[in-house]
Amino acid sequence: MQMLQIGLSHYLAVAAILFTIGIFGIFLNRKNVIIILMSVELILLAVNINLVAFSVHLQDLTGQIFAMLVLTVAAAEAAIGLAIIVVYFRNRGTIAVEDINVMKG
Amino acid sequence: MIVQGLAFYMFAAVAVAAAVMVVSARNPVHSVLFLILAFFNAAGLFILMGAEFIAMILVVVYVGAVAVLFLFVVMMLDISFSELRQGFLQYLPMGGLVGVVLLAELLTIVAGWLISPQVGEVRAHPTPPMDQLTNTHAIGRILYTDYVYLFQAAGMVLLVAMIGAIVLTLRSREGVKKQRIATQLARRREDSVEIKKVQPGSGI
Repeated sequence: MQMLQIGLSHYLAVAAILFTIGIFGIFLNRKNVIIILMSVELILLAVNINLVAFSVHLQDLTGQIFAMLVLTVAAAEAAIGLAIIVVYFRNRGTIAVEDINVMKG
Repeated sequence: MIVQGLAFYMFAAVAVAAAVMVVSARNPVHSVLFLILAFFNAAGLFILMGAEFIAMILVVVYVGAVAVLFLFVVMMLDISFSELRQGFLQYLPMGGLVGVVLLAELLTIVAGWLISPQVGEVRAHPTPPMDQLTNTHAIGRILYTDYVYLFQAAGMVLLVAMIGAIVLTLRSREGVKKQRIATQLARRREDSVEIKKVQPGSGI
């Protein structure tokens, strides 16, 4: 029965696990930039869960406002990132991360 | 209370499993679909917490826009994704080590967390009771008053992102036939029709 009492720490644990999976995904798929972008989305989702969990627990709505702003930035980042991928693929015919070295000094 | 607990564990377990599949699926299309599943379950978690508005925004923005955008891009690019997966196992030990250490640290912080009893006095915007004001209404009340500049800035970020994405991907292609109405209307009879007198029996 004690396990079914859901508190703040449960939500924080889920957010921590999602965040770690996001980091892990970046390590695991070092060649595929699309999966890396999806991992970044997972990380931002974990941040949002943290913000909303604290907002609800502390009875303060500010956290939910900031979760919405994080969502906005995540959407903008996905749009720009995917646009860059499309342009890069059109010019070079590949999106492998290790081939993206034109700007190397 | 029991239903709430069970629902939490269901949503959390499915979200985490879907997230694992996002980073480990063989086919990126499956990755995107699992990403959608993870977002849906995160929205379920938000509803359990009582933040309905954020949950709905998550479904609309992430599932409706971002995930579909990912799906389009993955399907549009003609890439052999199996090539990109080479080295997957090579990175697994190092990534796993970093992940386990990070998770252990984060969970240690979560377990050792204590909230100060005075925190109630520094609330910026206390949540009104649910039976008086819904979550959406309460958010609207502070979003359009106290945070109106942040709201405008968020709109500006989205505008810049939209223009940026269009500018990046727009290209003028040669040899594409398009209707140009101005040119069509500017055509005169003298420019396009030539009248020739044809003598009978001689041809042109």
